[in-house]
Amino acid sequence: MPRTGVFVCWCGSNIGGVIDCPGIAAQAAGFPAVVHSVDYKYLCSEPGQNMIIQAVREHRLDRVVVASCSPRLHEETFRKVLARAGLNPYLVEMANIREHCTWVHGAEKEQAQAKALALVRRAVAKANRLEPLFESTIPVTKRCLIVGGGIAGIQTALDVADAGHEVVLVEREPTIGGNMVKLDKTFPTLDCSACISTPKMAAVAAHPDIRLYTCAEIEKVTGYIGNFEVTIRRKARYVDHEKCTGCGTCWEKCPMQVPSEFNAGLGQRKAIYIPFPQAVPNKPVIDREHCRYFTTGKCQVCAKLCPAGAVDYEQEDEVFTEKVGALVAATGFQLFNWSRVYGEYGYGRYPDVITGLQFERLVNAAGPTGGKILRPSDGSAPRTVVFIKCVGSRDESKGRSYCSRICCMYTAKHALQVLEKVPGAQVYVFYMDVRTAGKGYEEFYQRAVREGVVYVRGRVSKVYRDGERLVVRGVDTLLGRPVEVDADLVVLATAVEPAAGAGETARLLGINADRDGFFQEAHPKLRPVETHTGGVFLAGACSSPKDIPDTVAQASGAAAKVVGLLSREQLSTNPMIAQVNETLCTGCFLCVPVCPYKALERRKITELLPGHPPREREVAGVNPGLCQGCGACNAVCRAGAVEVRGFTNEQLLAEVDALCL
Amino acid sequence: MRYSYYSGCSLHATAREFDLSTRAVCRRLGIELAEIPDWNCCGATAAHSTSHLLGVALAARNLALAGEQGLDVLVPCAACYQRLAVARKEMDQNSELWKRVVRITGRDYTDRVGIKSLLEVLAGLDSEQLAAQVVRPLEGLKVACYYGCLLVRPPAVTGFDDPEHPRTMDRLVRLAGAESVDWDYKTECCGAAQGVSNEPVALKLARDILEVASRAGADCLVCACPLCQSNLDARQGHVNRAYGTSLKLPVMYFTQLLGLAFGFDERELGLDTLFVDPRPVIRALG
Repeated sequence: MPRTGVFVCWCGSNIGGVIDCPGIAAQAAGFPAVVHSVDYKYLCSEPGQNMIIQAVREHRLDRVVVASCSPRLHEETFRKVLARAGLNPYLVEMANIREHCTWVHGAEKEQAQAKALALVRRAVAKANRLEPLFESTIPVTKRCLIVGGGIAGIQTALDVADAGHEVVLVEREPTIGGNMVKLDKTFPTLDCSACISTPKMAAVAAHPDIRLYTCAEIEKVTGYIGNFEVTIRRKARYVDHEKCTGCGTCWEKCPMQVPSEFNAGLGQRKAIYIPFPQAVPNKPVIDREHCRYFTTGKCQVCAKLCPAGAVDYEQEDEVFTEKVGALVAATGFQLFNWSRVYGEYGYGRYPDVITGLQFERLVNAAGPTGGKILRPSDGSAPRTVVFIKCVGSRDESKGRSYCSRICCMYTAKHALQVLEKVPGAQVYVFYMDVRTAGKGYEEFYQRAVREGVVYVRGRVSKVYRDGERLVVRGVDTLLGRPVEVDADLVVLATAVEPAAGAGETARLLGINADRDGFFQEAHPKLRPVETHTGGVFLAGACSSPKDIPDTVAQASGAAAKVVGLLSREQLSTNPMIAQVNETLCTGCFLCVPVCPYKALERRKITELLPGHPPREREVAGVNPGLCQGCGACNAVCRAGAVEVRGFTNEQLLAEVDALCL
Repeated sequence: MRYSYYSGCSLHATAREFDLSTRAVCRRLGIELAEIPDWNCCGATAAHSTSHLLGVALAARNLALAGEQGLDVLVPCAACYQRLAVARKEMDQNSELWKRVVRITGRDYTDRVGIKSLLEVLAGLDSEQLAAQVVRPLEGLKVACYYGCLLVRPPAVTGFDDPEHPRTMDRLVRLAGAESVDWDYKTECCGAAQGVSNEPVALKLARDILEVASRAGADCLVCACPLCQSNLDARQGHVNRAYGTSLKLPVMYFTQLLGLAFGFDERELGLDTLFVDPRPVIRALG
């Protein structure tokens, strides 16, 4: 017979203000196997914890019930208390009488009292059947793989590598740098974006502990925290980067002109190209889709001219695996495709209606216009520029419900840049709200207002073309009047959304995405860089829209978590995972497809039955590194062979009986 | 192909030429029109703005009559089309409203007939079938297609063309051999609704449309709504007086344009009844 102690917490007035805690403790004293039952103001406090330890010793308790808050909050705390008291830490059971009772039934005290008592009765029933559980250990591969080479991936890679661990950085584009390196200036300090990001890119290339794969994507992930195996496909670049010196002859002589992705479609690049002069690696790739040789079978100009003989039309995709202990998703963002749905702004038919990212390239000295703000349609300097905010953001009917966070600030920056570069220009900004939370941000916006940017509060209902000019029609909700502005250039602040293919990355990494496709953190407040999958971390805008400082801070946070993991020789595993009773298992394997973590597998065993020759049989087995203890296998097992430790059928049925009988 | 034909009041009066040209074009294309017997007002303008129930009930009675014919309804007028389509949608979604309407009209609306705008039906025809009827391609004629407010909106009710950048009429115009100009006032308000109560507003709206179409290089404007047509056509003189402009842009129905290409003569299509005479422009084509 176990000797169970019950401890009822007041949590100040959170619980004590609604129900009668001493009354609960007194009644619980009569429950089966309970030999000690008390109440206390704050059980999680130091004196509260010491009280439990003392009671364990005095009353020789071997099971403990804590009736207080959610186990998500303090189960770990009380497990440590049991360990300090010399008990197996898994012999504590919590009754959640705060979140599940007093917080939601504050107005119905009598029923709350009855419910709290029932929850304690349930917890006692389970506690009496708890068994000691023991953690096991798994080794750690001290390397880390990062998906995505934007500023988030770069920062994480540098921080982890500087801490002495090897990093594999996988980027699908021909260069690292992501979106940040396309930007002209950064708000609110107006630092040159390329100037502060290209040194970091170069540092990645030069770091002895970073292995960089560009034009590469992850294809398969197996294993578990500390021991992942990742299959990577590195696409054919048709240029041997070992031989190539990056001299540039090939792209100078290539006859094909292709819209440049790096310049957001505003400039041209060649079919053999580096995306921009500071690209890392600074070696070209061939865009097979547009290459004249690949499309017509004739040309080979680049191969003929290459002094190093590096062009290799026969190059094929390489597929290989890397073993790592931790994974970081840093897949970033892309801009919402406004031209698909915003017919009122012309569906992309007007060349002088552009996105903020295109404006960044227009205003950038290395961009297609050499930094002059010129209209894409006719190359003239615009006199009047209209900015429209929230295109796709905060618009549930056409785009996304959320605020993209960065647009208010970059629009203020763009407006200032127009005033600075085009003397006498008129700048209008149509906005719903101006949101400037950040260090120095509000001051920056006020500067834009002071310098003459006209902020009009209201939505734009339509952009027309009337001859050469664009007419922007909207409403000024502060004046309560419709307004029309004749514009030469219209810039749309389009929504931030997860990068294309983010859903597939989430699936490969075994992590969740929210309804907007952003990766889900383990806890939005307290575990923002972790995921629910052990060993997989998040950095940057893949989890929500972020500006550069927040992205870099989160990337360093993810790096700290990775380093923390990789600095350990071994990991202790959660013992509350599934186990298979091989004698009962019939080998139906219904549990294999339901497992979301791919933790169940087929195993061959040899059975020795008295009076029979040894017999080989297939049964289910649990990979303890992968299992997260969700219990899906337990639910489908017809033979009752799979059970989750700490949530066995016997324990759960005892709880049901305690509640219902 | 046979349809219940709901002409509505305009096509018997101010827009008689829309009726004439519709019947001519449909006849040529083998579309049989069976006018709904004892049809009544569609509920546009006064009715639906004073009583929601009356607006729905008027439209519903017409639909019930068409149901007795067992044919889908074809509607040339944009306002009629929109009223019938809205009434049907509202009744489909609200069974209480449906029951009340059935009680008021005394006619059970159970045969759910389809409601099609004339533009939708003609644009839905096979291109070759249409092209085969073109005996006089209107080569060299630059046309601004004007859709107005109701024909393609709200998209949840109409749904046959893009509400921001409609293109069905442009396609028909090109099949007739003419050139449709690219312009952006296709769905702007023509001002007809303000014509009586606030004429200055109506004049400004009409001027904007006519001027933008002229600047886009159009020789004429075609539309599919009797209100748009009469407002832009009959009010052009007022616009010129109010703004000192000298606009002279013929405003025709798209059926008249098709009829010309199909070889009907001007009088058969009622081209002689418009305020801004389109015949000089047509004749200049040779």
